[in-house]
Amino acid sequence: MQKIILSGNEAVAQGAFEAGAGLGIGYPGTPSTEIIEVLEKKAGPQCAWSINEKVALEQAYGACVTGLRSLVTMKHVGVNVAADPLFTFAYMGVNGGLVIVTADDPGMHSSQNEQDNRWYALHAKAPMLEPSNSRECRDFTALAFDLSERYDVPFFLRMVTRVCHSRSLVEIDPEKAYQRQIRAYERNVPKFVTLPAHARARRIILEENLTKLSKDAEAAAKANVMEITDRDAGIITSGAGYNYVKEAFGDRYSVLKLGLIYPLNQGIIQDFARRVKKIYVVEELDPYLEFNVRAMGIECEGKKHISPFFELNPQAVAVSLEKAGLEPLEELDPAAKEPAAGVPARPPILCAGCPHRAFFYLARKEKVTVVGDIGCYTLGAAPPLDGIDVSACMGGGYSIALGMSINPPQGKKIFGVVGDSTFYHSGITGAIDSIFNKRAFVPVVLDNRITAMTGRQQNPGAGRTLSGEDTFMQEPERIFMAVGYDRVLEINAFDLKGIRDAIREAKEAKDRVALVIKSPCRLIKGVEKGPLMDVDKGACSKCKSCLRLGCPAISLGDEGYPVIEPLTCAGCGVCGQLCKKEAIQVNDEEVSG
Amino acid sequence: MAQGTKRVMLAGVGGQGILLASRILCAGLIKAGYDVKSSEVHGMAQRGGSVVTQLSYGERVYSPLVGAGAVDLLITLEKLEALRYVHFLKRNGALLMNAREIPSLPVLTGAVDYPQDIEERLSKYPISLHTIDADGAADKLGNLRVMNVVLLGAMVKLAGLEGLVDWPSIVAEAVKPAYRQVNLKAFAAGASLV
Ligand SMILES: Cc1ncc(C[n+]2csc(CCOP(=O)(O)OP(=O)(O)O)c2C)c(N)n1
Ligand code: SF4
Ligand code: SF4
Repeated sequence: MQKIILSGNEAVAQGAFEAGAGLGIGYPGTPSTEIIEVLEKKAGPQCAWSINEKVALEQAYGACVTGLRSLVTMKHVGVNVAADPLFTFAYMGVNGGLVIVTADDPGMHSSQNEQDNRWYALHAKAPMLEPSNSRECRDFTALAFDLSERYDVPFFLRMVTRVCHSRSLVEIDPEKAYQRQIRAYERNVPKFVTLPAHARARRIILEENLTKLSKDAEAAAKANVMEITDRDAGIITSGAGYNYVKEAFGDRYSVLKLGLIYPLNQGIIQDFARRVKKIYVVEELDPYLEFNVRAMGIECEGKKHISPFFELNPQAVAVSLEKAGLEPLEELDPAAKEPAAGVPARPPILCAGCPHRAFFYLARKEKVTVVGDIGCYTLGAAPPLDGIDVSACMGGGYSIALGMSINPPQGKKIFGVVGDSTFYHSGITGAIDSIFNKRAFVPVVLDNRITAMTGRQQNPGAGRTLSGEDTFMQEPERIFMAVGYDRVLEINAFDLKGIRDAIREAKEAKDRVALVIKSPCRLIKGVEKGPLMDVDKGACSKCKSCLRLGCPAISLGDEGYPVIEPLTCAGCGVCGQLCKKEAIQVNDEEVSG
Repeated sequence: MAQGTKRVMLAGVGGQGILLASRILCAGLIKAGYDVKSSEVHGMAQRGGSVVTQLSYGERVYSPLVGAGAVDLLITLEKLEALRYVHFLKRNGALLMNAREIPSLPVLTGAVDYPQDIEERLSKYPISLHTIDADGAADKLGNLRVMNVVLLGAMVKLAGLEGLVDWPSIVAEAVKPAYRQVNLKAFAAGASLV
């Protein structure tokens, strides 16, 4: 055995590998993405990026029907996309084990909401394990596969950002070889075909299986831990919450750490309540455990003291429960009570030379109403670009725009803007609906040939699969033409005049026009810099227009002249086209040097 | 080695090499037999935004995450980030700051000015402040990218961890062979700056 440090995501991949998973599939999304990437590198399971979470879950389910153990990963909002099949798969049960990773993001480090996906377990009747560190990520992944097969039900593994992206020690056997676990496939129509009559029978079987699982003492012993160190006060917690409780209070109070958070093992909770007088519940986000403990008729206090939103941490838990009368191990003695005031923000920003920049600059200039979507290009909403009116969820870039076109502000056509990965994920459906319902709408794809925001994963336009194999390369133009658009204007993402003309043309067009703005993401390997640009002070009128691009290479220097930082500039040339005085030119020294 | 848990935080700007510095530190502390937990932020925050990693080590560590007011040692690869996160320090905690200024977007566009009084403001906190020019040291070595390892060298010295393990071998293991020499020099240069 060897002790190594792994992130939670790496540990889940390790667990799936050791459990003999035959398939690892998912749709990228922070904080879940690395699981599939790491698993793909461990020769063994077949791994793939799917086009969205629903298609990923359905494929994982299909593979499990044939007898493979399947792992499917997504971020919390991805479960919303996959929810339709999820609820029915719980009735149908599995053949090979099926483990669904939901990676939640309390505090919204990289997400549009902080929904608490523990409710999905209760709601979909899919059991859920919640690890608190990398060792448990590994162990619970394997346990989830076992229990999924034993109780004939898909299993959730619920992670949060601070478990996915925290690193801690795990003992592994580096010699352990991959051994694929396969069960035989048997045709079983009453189980796998959900006619209402079949579904009614499966509904009862599911309930019986969940009841058995909630009483499985061996599973409970592997997943839950009871530490009785005090008779007066005890804390019920799970996942990341456990880390914070132990860091804040050590062994001072009794702790019940629940690993199997649906279905709850009522026996252990009742036992804890018998042994400890006063019970507190520490959990991030919603009062999921608190509701359930209360529903058992057990008095407890949770959200009365603990914040119902954003992340917790040991100090926040200590301070909250100190007010309730508990004594933390350490007295907090901060260097300052408040953050320093007046510190300029440092928001994320489109890279120098990003192919998304010019479009948003022009959309704003041309006063277009833009519905955006989720990706690097959401940053087109931030000042100074300020080029997006509405943005909510993947695919919404088109569909919300369709709705707005029914009552368009200022009577203008609405532009919907999605990235290529988003187009394949759920943009296409809105594009077709627009043709069907004859909406005054212009779909735009910012086609950078990659899923950039989440760290550059392949998508159907990349021409390569996750494992780097060549595959058919989709073109949004062909898809638009196939579904009924009359014309597709394809423009180079760095051609300022081309984009401006296309926006104007699409705005006025009476026929069905789509826009595809093309150029690969700056960070794809092999994408080269262009000639660096420089400011000619003699020609510059200090109008500051170039600063409106929000390029990290351009800043306001001495005497009001813009300065281009040569180490940062990617030579996309957009600022040069924008400058009316032709004061931004190719830097000759850099080119010759 | 039995002592309380120590909490370290690194802050900087996406692309400055903060993850590598924190991972090298982790590797050394693990080699020395400590329990270590660290927390990194990936995703949206990396597009040139402010980036933070935290790391706790001790005999038994539970939480990778540290809240405000509880950090023993804060290392910032940039000055504005020092001001942004100084309240994470405990009273009498140590701040190791790289004297580098990187304008953020509102500064680039001229919406606000980069604060000119950062050292002065920091000197008013009940902490020990150590400012070094890690970029300058890296530049002298001919590779600006090793600035993170210069800071790491300074941090290890400042925290009194030099004798803990054979740091050069830990650093050498963590970087590509072609960059070994320059990183080892950077580590040593950092130690000589505090
Ligand atoms: C339902 C859902 N799944 C996954 C994500 C995570 N996510 C955010 S942006 C993004 C990819 C965007 O890629 P693309 O549309 O190509 O834009 P780019 O980042 O390349 O500009 C993903 C997968 C999400 N926000 N919502
Ligand atoms: S990663 Fe690519 S798409 Fe994202 S901001 Fe940078 S250049 Fe643009
Ligand atoms: S050419 Fe201009 S806009 Fe493009 S990266 Fe360089 S400075 Fe930025």
